[in-house]
Amino acid sequence: MTLRKAVLLGASIAAAGLAFASAAQAQNEQFIPGLIYRTGAYAPNGIPFANGVADYYALVNERDGGINGVKILYEECDTGYATDRGVECYERLKNKGPTGAAYVNPLSTGITFALTEKAPIDKIPVISMGYGRSESRDGSVFQWNFPLLGTYWSAADIIMQHIALKEGGFDKLKGKKIVLVYHDSPYGKEPIALLEQRAKMHGFEFTPMPVTHPGVEQKATWLQIRQNRPDYVLLWGWGIMNSTSIKEAAAVGFPRDKMFGVWWSGAEPDVRPAEGGAKGYSAAMLQHGAGQFGVHADLKKFLYDKGKGSAKWDEVGEVLYNRGLVNAMLGVEAIRKAQTKFGNKPLTGEQVRWGIENLDISAARLKELGFEGMLQPLKVSCSDHEGTRAGRVQQWDGAKWVVVSDWYQSDDKVLKPMVDAAAKKYAEEKKLPVRDCSKES
Amino acid sequence: MLGAFLETLIGGLLTGVLYSLVALGFVLIFKASGVFNFAQGAMVLFAALTIARLSGEIDNKEVHLANFVVAAAILGLAVALIGWYAWREFVARGGGPDERRKMQILAAVGALVGGIAAYSYGKGAWPIWLAIAATAAIMGLLAYAIERLVLRHLVNQEGIILFMATLGIANFLDGFGQTLWGSDIYKINLGLPKDPIFLFEAVFPGGLLVDPGELVAAAIAAGLVVVLAIFFQKTRVGRALRAVADDHAAAQSVGIPLNTIWLIVWTVSGLVALAAGLIWGAKLGVQFSISLIALKALPVLILGGFTSVPGAIVGGLIIGAGEKLSEVFLAPILVKAFDLAGGGIENWFAYMLALVFLLFRPQGLFGERIIERV
Amino acid sequence: MLYREAGQFKTTYVADQQIFPILQDRIFVLAVIVAAFLAVPMFASPYLYTEILIPFLILSLAAIGLNILVGYCGQVSLGTGGFMAVGAYAAYNLWLRVPELNNLIVVFLFGGLMAAAVGILFGIPSLRIKGFYLAVATLASQFFLDWLFARVKWLTNYTPSGSVAVGNLSVFGWKIETPADRYLLILGLVVVATVVAKNLVRGHIGRSWMAIRDMDIAAEIVGFRPLRTKLTAFAVSSFFIGVAGAMWAFLRLGAWEPLAFDINRSFQILFMVIIGGLGSLLGSFLGAAFIVLMPILLNQLPGWFGIRMSTALLSHLEFMVFGAMIVFFLIVEPHGLARLWAVAKEKLRLWPFPH
Repeated sequence: MTLRKAVLLGASIAAAGLAFASAAQAQNEQFIPGLIYRTGAYAPNGIPFANGVADYYALVNERDGGINGVKILYEECDTGYATDRGVECYERLKNKGPTGAAYVNPLSTGITFALTEKAPIDKIPVISMGYGRSESRDGSVFQWNFPLLGTYWSAADIIMQHIALKEGGFDKLKGKKIVLVYHDSPYGKEPIALLEQRAKMHGFEFTPMPVTHPGVEQKATWLQIRQNRPDYVLLWGWGIMNSTSIKEAAAVGFPRDKMFGVWWSGAEPDVRPAEGGAKGYSAAMLQHGAGQFGVHADLKKFLYDKGKGSAKWDEVGEVLYNRGLVNAMLGVEAIRKAQTKFGNKPLTGEQVRWGIENLDISAARLKELGFEGMLQPLKVSCSDHEGTRAGRVQQWDGAKWVVVSDWYQSDDKVLKPMVDAAAKKYAEEKKLPVRDCSKES
Repeated sequence: MLGAFLETLIGGLLTGVLYSLVALGFVLIFKASGVFNFAQGAMVLFAALTIARLSGEIDNKEVHLANFVVAAAILGLAVALIGWYAWREFVARGGGPDERRKMQILAAVGALVGGIAAYSYGKGAWPIWLAIAATAAIMGLLAYAIERLVLRHLVNQEGIILFMATLGIANFLDGFGQTLWGSDIYKINLGLPKDPIFLFEAVFPGGLLVDPGELVAAAIAAGLVVVLAIFFQKTRVGRALRAVADDHAAAQSVGIPLNTIWLIVWTVSGLVALAAGLIWGAKLGVQFSISLIALKALPVLILGGFTSVPGAIVGGLIIGAGEKLSEVFLAPILVKAFDLAGGGIENWFAYMLALVFLLFRPQGLFGERIIERV
Repeated sequence: MLYREAGQFKTTYVADQQIFPILQDRIFVLAVIVAAFLAVPMFASPYLYTEILIPFLILSLAAIGLNILVGYCGQVSLGTGGFMAVGAYAAYNLWLRVPELNNLIVVFLFGGLMAAAVGILFGIPSLRIKGFYLAVATLASQFFLDWLFARVKWLTNYTPSGSVAVGNLSVFGWKIETPADRYLLILGLVVVATVVAKNLVRGHIGRSWMAIRDMDIAAEIVGFRPLRTKLTAFAVSSFFIGVAGAMWAFLRLGAWEPLAFDINRSFQILFMVIIGGLGSLLGSFLGAAFIVLMPILLNQLPGWFGIRMSTALLSHLEFMVFGAMIVFFLIVEPHGLARLWAVAKEKLRLWPFPH
């Protein structure tokens, strides 16, 4: 009985599906895959980001009719922040569209690690904006990786500079205790190398403390922090772990103004659940903060007034939404750059890679795009796949994020040798050919 | 040092009470039906999501739909109950199955009317008590659905099959809850105090930190346990439950309706899930991750015994205190000795602790003695 | 009509004890294997290889391993992911530290052996702890092993992120590069492993496992030693699982972190065993196929029919339908897909003239 019902149901669903079957796709389209997550433990942070990305692509299609006439074909795939699901999504989407994927944004450090191995074979560039492997900024080894706008080493360095400034110089850090509370995954472990290096240089005591996925149980960690009384706590969390950390910090009475998060721990979903407890908490910014800028007016005009936006209007302009916009914009600009060389047609991943590597967004161009005030100019090159290493610090005042610092540049005197060493080790382990960047035009 | 120890101990014990709360739901169901219900975590999430979305600030149209569904569920349940009662009366006087269909139609109409009423009403947030009551009704409905659609078809199957079925239910509920209520992070505001209290500041430097929110939560949990104990020991239904737990067949043969008992047990454990969801949700915010605290309750279960209510409480306290103490005091030593990349031992330590206990008492601390016959 | 064994006479014991006593079965299985080796590489796309066939085959092997423990010996384990991790990291360390030994077969065998050793260690409590208590207790191994590989820096060669990667793989000089290479290697290993497993479970050891499963006290009384029997089951099961773990890491992922072997992996493989059928090797394959294919299918199905729905709704629906299907299959056939297959075969023998 149940079996027959199920079969009937299945048949009717299939029939309904066939009736909806769509026509063939147009050929003049640039395919871009979106590895995002709107479900699972990290959804509160994944959703606004995914909305920002989707809205920007839709805006380019609506406002400009695509990139120089080439429409963007965007397809999402939900990874749930799981590496194997992410790889499956990538494999499924990489050959879609007339020319395959232009590039891929893994939106997870774990997936970035996995795709780093696949990118050179599939010839699809990996844009990991503000996350991923820190050493992958070295384009001579990591030809296909682009950690645009900043790596975790840059983030950690910017936070350390901010702390040093508050203390009155790096030499004042001697003997201080700094704790890193981190998400126990490749993401959370990335900054440790740099912080250890800085600890060696300036003589502060550095203790990393892991928090297991998904990070809802942190009592022991914070009791230890209360007992050891560190001078500063750095937070490298994601999803519900962030808000839980801030709540626990409030519960053990750790001063929130001595707590600094990475840019993935500095968005609205991280502080709102902690309510009053989050006041005074600061986080590094991936250049941009919250708020509405030139591009948002266009979004309102072309999408939201027509009911085509994917978020609610009052969520447009939140930190992670804006990050989605920036992420999509950089990709679109890279395609535009590549079109100057290869023509205004759908491009392959290999052609887009050239576009990203030669990406050069000036202040004037940023203004044109409506991103003035969100980003600083950036210039990518073969030896520098990061483009820029600038960042600021923002603080939650109980209702909104307020920028509280000037621009910092991460210190290349510290970072560069580490990047070179790590990249060299990687190249040797994998027996990879190393490009000579001085010969690249 | 002593101060730190006591502080960790207190924190651990309070956390342990919260673990017990989740473990209790497991115990109730296992005791009465022998089902190792892995969906308990998903039920906690579902209950918490429902409360949070009903009581939270509401801003757009999708919630109208949610209100509709909920109100429909409540009114439908109410009408169905009345109808069921009337039908029983009717059968007693010699009615037929036609009447049953009428009752079902009546329930459906009631649900529809209720939904429309709620739709026109429901713009603002519901008061928390109403949200809790509505959620309780929904958990009852859920229990009914699980009993009717799943368990009834799996009578007499092996334990592991039932266990797998509950994993399937857990999957379904995770998806269903998020479809209905969304996957953002939501707040439950119980008005629990947030500022830490410091005890004995004269004795220990800095005092002993106690989280008042957890104290309240622990009190609620303790109250719940007392109520459950009374329910099991003193009421008619409680005695019937215990009879079913001891021997299904014997209970059935003296006229205890097995299906009704299961329905009651699942409802009660749904209510326990509601309590757990309320407290955990108020503490952490409501989000998918809440369903994962079920994993925290498992060592509590094997330590306390699958069939013992006091076992769940004592087990929770031991596990809570054990894992916090180990993390704070043992982990740094391990890290130093073996040059590890950080501690984080509390996850497996709880299980190891339970495992060691089990080696001495294979049925858990308070579990029923395992008697084996050939 | 075609499937009928009338006229097939067994005149020797050897013939009577074959794995497939019916001629048609032998032909069918042989045809499947030949097709898998020869026909599949002719048309398979990289996506089919890397996302469907390779995960299916590797997880089938893991499911066979778990089935030996759960289905044949009756010891429920939720630590599969942990044992896979042991296999993966042991293989990684051998591969890394003895570079002369660049032969995947040796590397995988080493991973399996280490997993077997760890399996024996964590199998010891099974002598005292039974049923669900044991199931939950095996979670101790899962969480402990996860932790171990995340924390002990030597095991991950001091990589800062804890994520390790492999490359330049070869077997006896055969370079494993394309998805087709990986598929063929995995297929070969899985076929060999399945033959070994089949012969184990139908031999003396397998019968002793089943005796313990059906009633351990009775088995002990008639002379099976529970210690040895249970521990061999743990060892053999963990060996297969360890090899599967090493293959998963080397041939499927290429770069991985302990999260790849977390508790969800354990549940996934237990699902395969239950849905496929306890105590059936065929069931392990059917279960793996079901669990690997179903989520991918559910996720893509609306797209194929041109139904546009939001990504979030799609994933939630996937969860719901997946959960519902598991419950549905358990209700329809609690003994798994293998049983459905057996029933179909019975029907086929009588077709087209059932009594």
